[in-house]
Amino acid sequence: MDLQIALLLSQDGITNGAIYALLSLALVLVFAVTRVIFIPQGEYVAFGALTLASFQAGKTPGTLWLLIGAGVITAIVDLVAAARAGKMKRLPQILGWNIVYPAVLAAIVLLLKPTGLPLLAQVVLSLALVVPLGPMMYRLAFQPLAEASSLVLLIVAVAVHFALVGLGLFFFGAEGSRTPAFSDASFDLGMVTVNGQTLWVVGASIALIAVLYQFFERTIYGKALRATAINRTGARLMGISTVMAGKLSFLLAALIGALSGILIAPITTIYYDTGFLIGLKGFVGAIVGGLASYPIAAAGAVLVGLLEAFSSFWASAFKEVIVFTLIIPVLLWRSLTTHHVEEDE
Amino acid sequence: MSDQKLVLEVDDLCVSYGKVEALHHANIKVGEGQIVTVIGPNGAGKTTMLSSIMGVLPHTKGSVRFLGEELGDAEVEDMVARGMNLVPESRALFGEMSVEDNLLLGAFMRHRLGHRDHAQTMEEVFTIFPRLKERRAQQAGTLSGGERQMLAVGRALMAKPKLLMLDEPSLGLAPLIVREIFHIISDLKKTGVSILLVEQNARAALQVADYGYVLETGEVALEGPSDKLIDDPKVVESYLGLGGKH
Repeated sequence: MDLQIALLLSQDGITNGAIYALLSLALVLVFAVTRVIFIPQGEYVAFGALTLASFQAGKTPGTLWLLIGAGVITAIVDLVAAARAGKMKRLPQILGWNIVYPAVLAAIVLLLKPTGLPLLAQVVLSLALVVPLGPMMYRLAFQPLAEASSLVLLIVAVAVHFALVGLGLFFFGAEGSRTPAFSDASFDLGMVTVNGQTLWVVGASIALIAVLYQFFERTIYGKALRATAINRTGARLMGISTVMAGKLSFLLAALIGALSGILIAPITTIYYDTGFLIGLKGFVGAIVGGLASYPIAAAGAVLVGLLEAFSSFWASAFKEVIVFTLIIPVLLWRSLTTHHVEEDE
Repeated sequence: MSDQKLVLEVDDLCVSYGKVEALHHANIKVGEGQIVTVIGPNGAGKTTMLSSIMGVLPHTKGSVRFLGEELGDAEVEDMVARGMNLVPESRALFGEMSVEDNLLLGAFMRHRLGHRDHAQTMEEVFTIFPRLKERRAQQAGTLSGGERQMLAVGRALMAKPKLLMLDEPSLGLAPLIVREIFHIISDLKKTGVSILLVEQNARAALQVADYGYVLETGEVALEGPSDKLIDDPKVVESYLGLGGKH
């Protein structure tokens, strides 16, 4: 291997690592706030990418029907709960988010024929379709179990993952899709050519991380999410409801996932079930950070990307094996250096 | 107390953990601007009562009326929105966040309801607790025990509550600090907030309170104006010990 190949592999590794870093942040966030190990994270990656691909192929994305279906079910569940608690003043809010919003989106998608729209508008529409699935998923699968143990939440997360993979196959079909690059530009840096999409991915990831950092450090809702992660009882006593915090963290996770999918779609072919493996690599990064530290998780995820790139050169058949084996020394080191903490319910 | 407007009216409240009833038919009233204390030994059901009033624990029987309104099984968030605030025994601070952020989050519900006056409220809290202003950038987890209690009370005051419920504010604090905390509690009365104070430190609590209840094994054993309770032979014997008049 010469320096040029090393640089090319590094470029590859950093590009994928940036995506894994985003996903690892979402995993840490969701776990810290809700104690859910968010296995279905990858499905948002796939749905984001495939929704954009559908727009570009001139098809109506299956996500639209998924959103309408999830919205109707969520509305029914919420209405029954509101009627039981005698809180009918929540009616407009429930119907607005779960029925009216998907209906308006359906009208836009079906009437406007987004195929002719510029790429940016297609991206925004894709996010508008995929992101609300996050809070809806929290409402349907996890909110009723808010007091359950981490193990039960993990089992439900696995179930949700399988359900979404099945729905992905039903709505998008078994064929993979790839979207055109955001730009065809490429830059010669000495002996290596940096292509435009790499810069897009890395730039967008850094920008998103900066925005998330500002959100958690500067805004009261970001601080409320951190507070919930630190002391759930204290947060509730301030009026920060567990449900609101859960929905907000799932919304952010869905946004990060869908955006990652849109960024990575021009680089790799995405199938309905590709997301799982991508999400799992973000998970390895999150584990390096102990599911608690954002910067270490992000650094770990970039490391995963690099390791993957270099092992695909030397031992491509064992690429995944090598990446996931990384988790064993990390867990060993963690179990030796950290004290066991009883699960705090 | 009858001519006074009631902030809190707890009527015949029963709370159970599974089959074990921890609170039997408790009746408590807090008038506007009053400090009312509930004293009693460990395990008497004091914390259970506060948790149930706040909506953290469901009650099996009885009713809670707050500001004249009957509350069913209201959620904690509803209670905060209505103006009730609980400082729990554990303080439940956000340890890895700054003092200032802890205070800011105390105003979270007000922010949600559209009030944007947290900067001004924070200055008011800083005049009550100047120590918090000095430590505003420090992480809450690094504060001393007394400062933590001040922060917990200050954070609750950020919500501008109509009823402030304090669970064992003197717990684990040095005697001098306890005195300071109780000074502040009696000063808070001047701001117009009503206070329900749960304490094991019966003497200090009865000295600042207008009215007191003695809770024993889940039942109200005794009640009365605190200057009467402090001289009651039974209270002196069980809670104030010999030399209770000092």
